[in-house]
Amino acid sequence: MDKIDLICIGCPLGCPVSVTMENGEVKEVTGNTCKRGDAYARKEVTDPTRIVTSTVRVKGGRLAMVSVKTASDIPKDRIFDCVKALQSVELAAPVRIGQVVLENAAGTGVQVVATKNVPAV
Amino acid sequence: MKEYDLVIIGGGPAGLAAAAAAHESGLRDILILERDNELGGILNQCIHNGFGLHTFKEELTGPEYAGRYIEKVQELDIPYKLNTMVLDLAADKTVTAMNRQDGLFQLHPKAVILAMGCRERPRGALNIPGYRPAGIFTAGTAQRLVNMEGYLPGRKVVILGSGDIGLIMARRMTLEGAKVQVVAELMPYSGGLKRNIVQCLDDYGIPLKLSHTVIDIQGKKRVEGITLAEVDGKGKPIPGTEEQYECDTLLLSCGLIPENELSRAAGVELSPVTSGPLVNESLETSIPGVFAAGNVLHVHDLVDYVSEEAGAAGRHAAEYIAAGCTEAEYRTLPVKCENGVRYTVPAAIRPDAAGDTITLRFRVGNVYKNKKIAVYAGDACIFSRKRPVLAPGEMETIQLKTGLLRDCPEAAGITVTLEEA
Amino acid sequence: MLDIVIIGAGVSGCAIARELSRYRAKVLVLERDEDVCCGTSKANSAIVHAGYDAAHGSLMAKLNVEGSRMMPALAKELDFSYEQNGSLVVMLDEADRPTLDALYQNGVANGVEGLRIVERDELLGMEPNISDEAIAALYAPTGAIVCPFGLTYAMAENAAKNGVEFRFDTEVTGISPIEGGWRLETSAGSLDTRVVINAAGLFADKLHNMVSDDVMTIIPRRGDYFLLDHSAAGHVHSTIFQLPGRYGKGVLIAPTVHGNILVGPTAIDMEDKESTATTQAGLDEVRTKSSLAVKNLPLRQTITSFAGLRAHEVRHEFFIGEVKPGFVDCAGIESPGLSSAPAVGKMVAGIVQGILGLAENPAFDPVRKGILDPKALDAEAHAALIRQNPAYGTVICRCETITEGEIIDAIRRTPGARSVDGVKRRTRAGMGRCQGGFCSPRVMEILARELGIDQSSVTKSGEGAGLIVGVNKDSI
Repeated sequence: MDKIDLICIGCPLGCPVSVTMENGEVKEVTGNTCKRGDAYARKEVTDPTRIVTSTVRVKGGRLAMVSVKTASDIPKDRIFDCVKALQSVELAAPVRIGQVVLENAAGTGVQVVATKNVPAV
Repeated sequence: MKEYDLVIIGGGPAGLAAAAAAHESGLRDILILERDNELGGILNQCIHNGFGLHTFKEELTGPEYAGRYIEKVQELDIPYKLNTMVLDLAADKTVTAMNRQDGLFQLHPKAVILAMGCRERPRGALNIPGYRPAGIFTAGTAQRLVNMEGYLPGRKVVILGSGDIGLIMARRMTLEGAKVQVVAELMPYSGGLKRNIVQCLDDYGIPLKLSHTVIDIQGKKRVEGITLAEVDGKGKPIPGTEEQYECDTLLLSCGLIPENELSRAAGVELSPVTSGPLVNESLETSIPGVFAAGNVLHVHDLVDYVSEEAGAAGRHAAEYIAAGCTEAEYRTLPVKCENGVRYTVPAAIRPDAAGDTITLRFRVGNVYKNKKIAVYAGDACIFSRKRPVLAPGEMETIQLKTGLLRDCPEAAGITVTLEEA
Repeated sequence: MLDIVIIGAGVSGCAIARELSRYRAKVLVLERDEDVCCGTSKANSAIVHAGYDAAHGSLMAKLNVEGSRMMPALAKELDFSYEQNGSLVVMLDEADRPTLDALYQNGVANGVEGLRIVERDELLGMEPNISDEAIAALYAPTGAIVCPFGLTYAMAENAAKNGVEFRFDTEVTGISPIEGGWRLETSAGSLDTRVVINAAGLFADKLHNMVSDDVMTIIPRRGDYFLLDHSAAGHVHSTIFQLPGRYGKGVLIAPTVHGNILVGPTAIDMEDKESTATTQAGLDEVRTKSSLAVKNLPLRQTITSFAGLRAHEVRHEFFIGEVKPGFVDCAGIESPGLSSAPAVGKMVAGIVQGILGLAENPAFDPVRKGILDPKALDAEAHAALIRQNPAYGTVICRCETITEGEIIDAIRRTPGARSVDGVKRRTRAGMGRCQGGFCSPRVMEILARELGIDQSSVTKSGEGAGLIVGVNKDSI
C-alpha cells in the first residue's frame, strides 16, 4: 500500500488530500472536503496531465517569439520532451492564433498551436 | 485633432473591455490610448493558460484572452492609438498625450476611463540590503524578456515573493532551461493561487519557503548569491536562520501597485489601502465623468473580473455621456470595512443611482477559515454568505440587492465585515 | 609620448580634464570602469556645500568656497542641473549653541557669504516639517544641490569636445619614471606621458604609494542612502543637516534637482574599496537618524536605497600637488569634493601648466549643451521637436517621461552611454518609481541598435554585468 499526499487545487481551501494506492489502483481518498477533491486526487495519481505553454522563434515578424500551447493536456511526465521538441521549431511570420506549430508533441498525439498573432514586418 | 466623447487611457484588458461595453451601450465616439506598440497590455507576456474560465468558459492563454477583446474592438471599429503616452490628465478631463505621428496633442473628452493597470514593486521599495548588481529583475520584467524576446535573464534563480507572477515565472524559467532553487515568501501564506503553487512549484520540485526573506544580495557586477532568513511574526529576520544560495538571478514578485500618477495629478481621490481611486457604485472617481476599472483601481486576481468591472465602467461612462454629463444629487452611503476586510470597491454607494444589483469586490488581510461575509445597511443585514476559506491572494466578489438598500432609507452607511460562521 | 594622463574619470578627473582642455596638449583620461562617474562621484549627497564646515585655513575650506562660487556660472556654461536651495544646520539642544556659533564663525572666516543664524520661528517658516525639537539653525543661502552625474558628464563631454581623449575599462597597474616623464603599465598595455595626474579616488593611495615613500592611506568610508519618490517632493526645501552634538552626527535630508528627496548618509569605515553593499544596520541607522531634524518624513515612499564610498584620507584633507617631478596628486577628495571640483580642476591645471608651460588652445569652446529635455520646452517647441525628430515622441521610461530621442542622444555623445546604467545616469530613464521594470528591456534594445551589438551583450554596468545570459531553451 502506498500513500500519496496532494494538495487539492480545486479552490482556495487547498485541502491536504491523501490517496491510498494498491497495485496501481486507488483504494481510498481522504482529507478532501468535496467531490472535486476526490476527482482531482484520483486523476492526479493515475493520469496527471498538464497543458504546456512555451515560446518558439519567429522569422520576419514584429516579434522575435510567438507564444504556443498544447491544444489539450498531455501527460505530466512528457512536459520536458514537449518543450525539447519545440527547441528547433522556427516559424515564418505572419503567425495566426491557432496555427499548428507542431503536429505531434513528443509522441503524445497532441498538436502544439500558436496563441498569439504575429504580423510580418 | 479630432475630439472624442470618451477617452480610455490604457489598451489592456480593462481598456479593451471598457471600450467594447461603451460601444455596446450606444456610444460611438471612443478613443483608446495605449502606450505600448500593441493592444492587450500585460496579457501579451502572460503566455500561460488559465485565463477566461469565467468569461469564455474555457482556459485561454493571456495573448488569446487579449486577442478575443482586440478582435472585438477591431470589429466594432473603435479607434485606438498605439505607442501613445498620456502625459497629463487635468481636472477638467483635458488629456495631454504624445506619440511619433501626432506629436504632442490634447483631447477634451466628455468622459475618461482610467485603465492604466499596475506596476511591480521594485527592489528599492523592498529595502533589501546588499549590492545592486545586474541580475535582479522583477518577475514581470523577466517575463517580458523570456516570453516576448526569447532571452534568458538567468540560469540559477531565486525568487522572492510568491505572488502569481513569481510562481508562473518559476515554471517558465524552469521550462526554458534555468534552475529555480527556491521561492521565498515573507508572509506565512502564499499570495498566489493554490493551482499555481502545485503546477508551477510542486510539479518541478521547487521548494516554497514561507516566512522567509532575502536579507543580503552578493555580487558586485552580477548577482553571485543571496542570503535567505526566516522571519518572525513581525517580518523581522531571525538571527541564526540564515541560508546561503548561490545564484545569478533574483526575481522579485512582491506586490503590484496601481499606476495612478495621472489620476493623482488630476486630483482624483485615492485610497490609501489600494492606491487606486475611490469610486462609487458606477466606478466613477471623485471627478465626475472620470471612471476607473481594472488593476488601476485595485489589483485583481483574475483577468475575468477585470473585464467584467471594466465593462461596467464602460457602460456607466456611456450613460453619463448620454445623460448630458450631468448627475443628480443622490444619497451616498460610504462603505466601511471591518474584521479583516481591507477595502471595498466601490467605496461608496448611491442606492438611487444603482441598477438592480451592485457588485462589491474586496480583499481580506489574512487567511480566515469558516467565516461569514456579512453586509449591513445601518443595522440591517442585507447580505450574508458562508465562506470556508478566505485568503489575501483571492479577491472576493459579492452582489448586493439594491432593493434591500433602498428599503433602509435611514441607514447612514454600509458595513462589510467577516463574522464567525 | 602623451603630455598628460589623468587617472580616474570621476568628478575630479573630469574637472581637471576640462580645465586642461583650455591648453594645447595631448591629454588622455584613463578609467578602470566602463564610463565616466562610476565611483564616489555617482553615489553621494548631490549637494554643493556652502563651505562653512571645513576647518578654516585648510585646502578643503579654500577649494570648497571657491568651487561653490564657481558652480552657478559653470552650470550655465555646461548646462547641468544646479539649484541654490540654501542649507540649514539644525540645532536640537540649547546646550549645543556654542557649537552652532563656532560653525558660523568658521564659515565667516572661510568667506562664505550670507551666513546667519535663524531662530525657531523663522526656521519653521522656512521648513514647516522641521522637528519640534529644532531651536535654531545656521542658514547658508549659497548652499545648493546639483546633479553629480550631470556635472561630471558635462565636464567630461566638454573636455572631449576640446580634444581630451577618454579610455575606459583600463586600469593602471604600475608606474615607473622614464626620461622626461612616466611609463604607465595598464590592463591594456603601456603608455608614456610627460605628466601623470592621480585622480583615482579611492585608489589614489595605491598610485601615490607607487611613486612616493610618504605613505598615503585612503579608507573607503561607506554612506548608505534612501531616495524617495517625487511624491515626497516639497517635504523639505533646503538641505537640512543636523548640528553634531548630543544626538550625534545625524544625516542630511535634501531635495534633489530632479524632485526626489535624498536621505543619508551613514559613515562606516570599510576595508574593501568596492564594498558598496548597503546593510540592514546601515539603512536602519539612516531611518532612525532621519527623524531627528525633520518630522513625518515619508520613508515609505523609498524607491531605492544605495551606498557610496568616500575616499577618506586619514588626515582628512585634500592632497593636491606635485609629489615627484611630473607626478601630480589629486587625492583625499572626499566631501566636500563634489562642491570643490571646479576649483580642484583649476588648481591642478595650474600646477600642470607650471610644469609643462602649455600654450592656450585657440579652439577651446567652453560651452556644452546637455541632453535636450523636451519637458522643459513650451508646447509649441515641444511639438515642433517631435515633428522634426519623432524619436522624441516615443516615451521609453514612463515614470520619468524619458523619450527615445533623449536616450539616443545619450548614447551618441562622447563619451557616450554604453550600458543601461550609463543611459540611466545621463537621462534618468529607469530612475523613477518602477526602477527600470518597464523600460530596461526597451533601453537594452535601443543600446543594442545604436551600438551595433546583440541585445544579449548589453550590460547593466560594463564587463561582467550582463543582463542576459542566454536564449530560451539553449541548455535543455
